[in-house]
Amino acid sequence: MINYIIRRLLYVLPVLIGVNILTFVLFFVVNTPDDMARMQLGDKYVSQSAVDNWKQQRGYDLPLLWNEQAKGLQQVQQTIFFKKSIGLFVFDLGISDNGRDIVADISQRMWPSLAIAIPSLILGVLVNITFALLLIFYRGSYLEFVGVFTCVALMSISGLFYIIAGQYFVGKLLALTPISGYAPGMDAFKFIVLPVFIGVIGGLGSGVRWYRSLFLEEASKDYVRTAKAKGLSELQVLFKHVLKNALIPILTGIVVILPLLFMGSLITESFFGIPGLGSYTIDAIASQDFAIVRSMVFLGSFLYIIGLLLTDISYTLVDPRVRLN
Amino acid sequence: MWKLGVLIVIYLLISACTDGHLNNPYVQSDQSQAIIYTSFSERPKHLDPAKSYSSNEYAVIGQVYESLFQYHYLKKPYQLEPLLASDMPTLQYFNAKGEALTGNVDAKKIAFSDYTITIQQDVRFQPHPSFNKSLHKVLPSDWDQQSLYDLPLATRLLTADDFIYQIKRLADPAGQSPIAGLMANHIVGFNAFSQQQAQLLSDQPQLSKVQRLQSVPLLGIKKLNDHQFKIRIKGKYPQFINWLAMPFFAPMPWEADAFYANPRLVKKNITLDWFPVGTGAFYLYENDPNRRMVLEKNPNFHPDYYPSEADEGLREKGLLIDAGKRLPLSDKVIFSLEKETIPYWSKFLQGYYDASGISSDSFDQAVSFSSDGEFGLTDNMLQRKIALQTAVTTSSYYLGFNMLDKVVGGDSERARKLRQAISIAVDYEEYISIFLNGRGVVAQGIIPPEIFGSLSGKAGLNPVVYQWDKQPVRRSLNEAKKLLVEAGYPNGLDQKSGQPLVLYFDTMDSGPDSKARLNWLRKQFSKIDIQLVVRGTDYNRFQEKMRNGHAQMFMWGWNADYPDPENFLFLLYGKNSKALHAGENAANYQNTQFDSLFEKMSSMDNTPQRQQIINQMIGIAQQDAPWLWGFHPKAFSLHHHWYKNAYPNLMANNKTKYIKVDAKQRAEYQKKWNKPVIWPLLVIALLILVLLIPAYLIYRRLEQAKAYD
Repeated sequence: MINYIIRRLLYVLPVLIGVNILTFVLFFVVNTPDDMARMQLGDKYVSQSAVDNWKQQRGYDLPLLWNEQAKGLQQVQQTIFFKKSIGLFVFDLGISDNGRDIVADISQRMWPSLAIAIPSLILGVLVNITFALLLIFYRGSYLEFVGVFTCVALMSISGLFYIIAGQYFVGKLLALTPISGYAPGMDAFKFIVLPVFIGVIGGLGSGVRWYRSLFLEEASKDYVRTAKAKGLSELQVLFKHVLKNALIPILTGIVVILPLLFMGSLITESFFGIPGLGSYTIDAIASQDFAIVRSMVFLGSFLYIIGLLLTDISYTLVDPRVRLN
Repeated sequence: MWKLGVLIVIYLLISACTDGHLNNPYVQSDQSQAIIYTSFSERPKHLDPAKSYSSNEYAVIGQVYESLFQYHYLKKPYQLEPLLASDMPTLQYFNAKGEALTGNVDAKKIAFSDYTITIQQDVRFQPHPSFNKSLHKVLPSDWDQQSLYDLPLATRLLTADDFIYQIKRLADPAGQSPIAGLMANHIVGFNAFSQQQAQLLSDQPQLSKVQRLQSVPLLGIKKLNDHQFKIRIKGKYPQFINWLAMPFFAPMPWEADAFYANPRLVKKNITLDWFPVGTGAFYLYENDPNRRMVLEKNPNFHPDYYPSEADEGLREKGLLIDAGKRLPLSDKVIFSLEKETIPYWSKFLQGYYDASGISSDSFDQAVSFSSDGEFGLTDNMLQRKIALQTAVTTSSYYLGFNMLDKVVGGDSERARKLRQAISIAVDYEEYISIFLNGRGVVAQGIIPPEIFGSLSGKAGLNPVVYQWDKQPVRRSLNEAKKLLVEAGYPNGLDQKSGQPLVLYFDTMDSGPDSKARLNWLRKQFSKIDIQLVVRGTDYNRFQEKMRNGHAQMFMWGWNADYPDPENFLFLLYGKNSKALHAGENAANYQNTQFDSLFEKMSSMDNTPQRQQIINQMIGIAQQDAPWLWGFHPKAFSLHHHWYKNAYPNLMANNKTKYIKVDAKQRAEYQKKWNKPVIWPLLVIALLILVLLIPAYLIYRRLEQAKAYD
């Protein structure tokens, strides 16, 4: 397994280089360094010398990919691409185009995102699995029909509606939680109750239906009939045996997103005033801050690859038959 | 999981039994303090006064940094008074030989103007670790880096050097001040200083910023003593004093730059751009730009008092109740980030924000119109004792013609009549009614109301577009069509080519929200048989078109830097052409007579003669119609009854020190409006229990079923 992990980690390098090149090309096809300077300098009294000065201060006065004026290796090294990319591979994300340290910003903003994402994930998975198994238990009865109907209805409603309706009913009419806001530490509890609750409800419909399809497939297998024949109760069969065997596809879905949890949710954080990372990349794109965009894309790619690797490793934990070669 | 549910319910029940309200987004212990709760929707980019130039940034730094002068809070037209200056500056003019000029001097003879400024004595900076010079090199190793104000604090007296240092910072090329280019045209020696600094940056990169700026003098600034200095300006530029009232010219202690240069602080984003150091009524104690910013009362704030004079009628409105009281009247200001209007509006109605603007979504909830078109507050607002204030902003939003364009631009009679015809056809009264909920006044000319030069009533009428019948009445479409015929486009067809007249409107607006506005605009042109093609592009391409003079028609706006007609009329000055001279004249309008009058008017004081010249200039521009004059937006703001002394002075950036909140009253109403309602939860719990009965019955049946059933 160690060899497998090392090999997978080595694959990371070419993938990240490719992602970096793609991000760079896509960004600079749409925005020139002059455009970026004008966006940062504002709308009033912006002169060309101010633009040139801005570019020179931040290293955007160099050629994009190839420096014809330089010689030898400098033709590659004295370019925006090289200078802005080389630090990424040692996780030196540098300073954003408006002067803030990116690692410090990410370190500060990731915790509120995690404060919402982790409880939402844990509670969401627990609730979805429980309801899905209960639907299996009550299959064939009118309760299953009501449950499936409810899931479809919940799935059909936009996530934004849950947020607005939740804030209105729970925060405004019932005055049970703050409508928006955040506080660090233990004071965060009252602010995350509502977004977590809405996150769980919003994902209930699709989650329950998906887990239900997994469990249905398991429930039709021979070992389940054997277990029942041996006298185990239906609930024991479902929650103990069926659930365990359905874990592989469940793990695939969960473990791969674990590293990405801290990237946050744009809409939830905007409406609930959570100072997370959800809007970090979008705001950077809008303000043409290439330093942040390339850092976040790089980080996101790296974490996604790590997530996939963790998924592969987790297979070996839940299924002893699986070996990583 | 059921244990978690029980915990939540217990938490809710316990909280409901206390005096607190569950939906309170603030710390309970703050309830009795005189805190102003407000919000911001976009995080500020810069809080360094040398760089900061947006209204959302001024909302913060205006309370921390003080300038030499400020606008009187309760008087309009806006008038400057001393703030950190002990008096208004003395002004001396000199000719090119350096001889002093006295009496009524012709502006053309003035080569230099000297502003001698005396600052107040005994003004101290806020407490800040930067004044503890031992911290410039090394920070305590046990400092947890959570708050700057955990470090040992100190202060010192304000001196003239601090103002000189800040002006040098404006000229520093590394600082990238947005007004550097503009000030280089006015302050003697500014440009040379910038160039010297650029050279030092290149030749001696080891120098710190403070060393570099202090190593070279800026020739146009002279220190006379610790409390007096002189600024030399090229020619006569009376508007310079307005710039001195802006945060750009607020004093900056060199210790701040030295302190914030510490790499350990830079790594944590603790920089002068995020943690200002000023002499104002407040200081920025906490800055989490993604969550909130907190201003605390400055314990070192110099004596400053609520004004004892005001315009007529303001005493009756209660705006002089606190006359003569020591400022600030509040202890703290908390700005919370609210990106979305829905939660922000809801929290305002709950009493968690003291004042609010009105978004389009919530306009109908707040404002109602009577049958004769007058607006007022809705019953819901009146019941909550919310007050409404309106003020016409010192802004102008217009539709411009590119005067370099072959079809709509130029000085020909044909093009002029075409522009005039379009000016009549595009109905801005309708635009304001539909898209702004009535929050605007149609512009008759370029200068907004309440700024010298703007005339109201018949005297200020735009005769090209309106006629007077006890009020301005838009000319008819027949007149517009007649002008079009005279221009050679009868029924929208070019007489010369026989082709339909097609005009192009360049815009950044391209999303679904803009569709209605653009459709409306097309309809306005189609009223006189002109086809309008909308060319939507992204922000960068649009700006590029404007810079290169490739747009044909566009919408643009301008917000006043200071309340002087020069700050608007310069938008039509030929030498300010955007395409030709990279200036702010987006329409690239050029009229020799207008330009000549502008040069004369710009250096005049506000006199009847100046008004006459302005009237002439506006008359020329109205006839030439390089703009559809558009509208001046009207700001509507709401505030709760516990929020006192609110007055719409749109030029003053430092109004917060005058605001008083009745915290006790606020706490009472918050409690009244936010009583938790628990019974629906109990009903839901009951419903779940009821649903559990058939579930249990089916469970029993399944468990007891035989294998052969």
